[in-house]
Amino acid sequence: MLHLILKRTALAIPSLIGVVIVTFLLTRALPGDPAAYFAGPAASKEAIEQIRVALGIDQPLIVQFGRYVGDLARGDLGNSLSTGLPVATEIRTRLPASAELTILGLLVSILIAVPLGIFAATNPGSILDHTCRILTTAGVSLPVFFTGLILVYFFYYQLGIAPAPLGRLDIFFSPPPRVTGFFLIDSLIARDGEVFLASLKQLILPAATLAIFSLAPIARMTRASMLAVLGSEFVRTARASGLSPGTVIVTYAFRNAMLPVVTTLGMVFSFLLGANVLVEKVFAWPGIGSFAVEALIASDFAPVQGFVLTMAVMYVVLNLLIDILYGLIDPRVRIEA
Amino acid sequence: MKRRQFLKSLSAAGAASALPLPAVWSSANAQSRQETLLVVTEYAPNNFDIHGVGTNRPGYEVSWNCYDRLMTHGEKTLPDGTKSYDRDKFVPELAEAWDLKPNSVTFKLRKNAKFHDGTPITAKDVKWSFDRAVTVGGFPTFQMKAGSLEKPEQFVVVDDSTFRVDFIRPDKLTMPDLAVIVPGVYNSELIKKHATEKDPWGLEYTKVNTAGGGAYKVMRWQAGSELVYERFDDWKSGPLPKIKRVIWRTVPSAGNRRALIERGDADISFDMPNKDFAELKAAGKVAVVTNLIGNGIGYIGMNVKKPPFDNVKVRQAVAYAIPYQKIMDAVLFGLAGPMYGAKPGDPLQTAWPQPHAYTTDLAKAKQLLTEAGYPNGFETTLSFDLGFGVVNEPLCILVQESLGQIGIKVSINKIPGANWRGELLKKEMPLISNFFSGWLDYPEYFFFWCYHGQNAVFNTMSYQDKEMDAMIDAARAAAAANDTAAYDKNVQGFVKKAFDEVPRIPLFQPTLSAAMQKNISGYRYWFHRQLDYRTIEKT
Repeated sequence: MLHLILKRTALAIPSLIGVVIVTFLLTRALPGDPAAYFAGPAASKEAIEQIRVALGIDQPLIVQFGRYVGDLARGDLGNSLSTGLPVATEIRTRLPASAELTILGLLVSILIAVPLGIFAATNPGSILDHTCRILTTAGVSLPVFFTGLILVYFFYYQLGIAPAPLGRLDIFFSPPPRVTGFFLIDSLIARDGEVFLASLKQLILPAATLAIFSLAPIARMTRASMLAVLGSEFVRTARASGLSPGTVIVTYAFRNAMLPVVTTLGMVFSFLLGANVLVEKVFAWPGIGSFAVEALIASDFAPVQGFVLTMAVMYVVLNLLIDILYGLIDPRVRIEA
Repeated sequence: MKRRQFLKSLSAAGAASALPLPAVWSSANAQSRQETLLVVTEYAPNNFDIHGVGTNRPGYEVSWNCYDRLMTHGEKTLPDGTKSYDRDKFVPELAEAWDLKPNSVTFKLRKNAKFHDGTPITAKDVKWSFDRAVTVGGFPTFQMKAGSLEKPEQFVVVDDSTFRVDFIRPDKLTMPDLAVIVPGVYNSELIKKHATEKDPWGLEYTKVNTAGGGAYKVMRWQAGSELVYERFDDWKSGPLPKIKRVIWRTVPSAGNRRALIERGDADISFDMPNKDFAELKAAGKVAVVTNLIGNGIGYIGMNVKKPPFDNVKVRQAVAYAIPYQKIMDAVLFGLAGPMYGAKPGDPLQTAWPQPHAYTTDLAKAKQLLTEAGYPNGFETTLSFDLGFGVVNEPLCILVQESLGQIGIKVSINKIPGANWRGELLKKEMPLISNFFSGWLDYPEYFFFWCYHGQNAVFNTMSYQDKEMDAMIDAARAAAAANDTAAYDKNVQGFVKKAFDEVPRIPLFQPTLSAAMQKNISGYRYWFHRQLDYRTIEKT
């Protein structure tokens, strides 16, 4: 196991180096001029030149790159011009916000999609099977910001049962003392039920938006893989041996159908991180995605580079976790590794 | 798990979920709601200090509320009943009195005024702050220069509570320039403690800390999402504000900013599209205050250095082909002042902005174009800033369609906000849609930046004309000398020339709107177009 982890981590290093080079070049290739943008409306050519020197972007690319890599080695991701804070600080405070939302969205999605997929597979062609198909197709077809706005419109604006879309906490609550950065966990650690409930309420609509978007791939994959397994011989043998349908489906069929579902989960999680950008905009969520988009609009290089790098590291870790999970689900994978 | 245990845990979970559910304003907070203001806007500040590099507009708001200036503007009621700052009336802020002489002005500071940390405010701090503003470069230095405040030697400490500004030249804009956001008074001792060799003026410290003596101080800040102000109870530079706490949340989606104000959760909602403000106004559930932006004009600019717009007849043809009324109705939803429709032959006013006499007259436009030697029109590109796409995009499409009717084929070039200023500086775009407004609300100020041959970045048309320069300079001199007759003559002169030669076609005077709950009063329009919490009250 340890050998596998080390090997996979070593394999990730070249891709990370590639990411560092590509994001650096891509941000430099952006048409915007951060100096002109941040010099303000009244800037003269000299003032812009001063800022260009202050930012170090008057240097040749290779010198800039050297400085960037040097800073990176010291863990310094640079400063964000648009929020005025170090990028590392920004990512540290914003990543938990995005992660909390994405993970909760994914959990909700799994809790709905997996049983739905199993049910659809065990009763193919039934009304529920068709309903499942319609629901998931609709969910994946609607753009996330649209689903988000519709949910806000109905549950907040029309019905008034959801809290105002004002970010992670209602304005009269202070965030719980920071331990993990996840408000749900931190408020539990602080034994503050009110803050826990308040942050849960803020999470419901955005998490539902993400869940609706990600239902389809999980439910469809569960259904397809369950169908294949249910048709195989060992399931027929189990049934013939008189095992109860519950045991057959859960213990025998589902465990074997999980492998492709877990692969899909990894993919779904990564594209949920992407979809997050829009959801964060709609719900004023102080996450990492909205931060990166704003930086991109302002040609603010450092946050964009920091964001892409963080995402790349997360993908590597995620893929590693999935590989380990494979081994736990299916012992054959471990032997091959 | 036994059945009994399971049931027990279920009821425990039930009890936990029965904890009091806090509404947006729970009853326990009813008291503080009275004294707390919830403001929602599109953008958050990136720097608390207007002296910093690249401070954005929301950052100006922090500077305005957290730092005091020597003097500020009084208030006046506009004809439509809304309140505005009074351009011509200065009232004491940190200075309790001043003595204006031809070559200098001497301020007497309040003796009991203190910074947020309790240090008394002295003339030494004022000088340090002004020295900082004229030295750090960039926007603050530029703005100080606009009022002929250029060198540290101009700022003199007479004694602890007396401060003098020496003039380097007579300039009517010096006094108004002392009441804009930039010349705030900073806590020099506190900032010096945080200054470094690389950063002698402590800009890194004031970026995320307020080191002033203004009516509010920043209590909590989460970059990009929330800023909480608390009233400085020891504030002496004016009547103590009624609002104790201001919570300022950034809500990027305009639709949600509207929902929040309509549901009654937000007290004030800023930065919404005109369409939303017009609809909110019509619905009547919340109060919408709309003010014309002083000295501001949305315009179509033409590059006079290059053909075909170097020909005055082509420019006039374009001016006759703009669908003014359509832009007013379909793009701005009526929330703007028309800059067209003056009766031909009517005397010009000395006020600025004022309407011109061009109308939408395609026959005349076509004729002028033929006279100019372009009977079949030509091709050109109309560029605009995507950052203001809500207004610019439909506006440019209307212009494109209308110019197409006289044979001018226009392709539209959308430029992302980050690139816009860089493109403006190059001065190569043939045709643009843009907006300019000056803090100091005087015609000669506008013309100095937008039409003068010095060719500042705001002179987006690269218009250079000796006669124009002479009149602008003469108007500035006349203003400084209080020579009204010469001033009026020159203002009318340069306005006439600007209209006759139309390097830029004024389209509309934009407005600033804010939607607020009906129990909010005391909102005041300011030249800086940000909120001043000091006058706001909640009942």
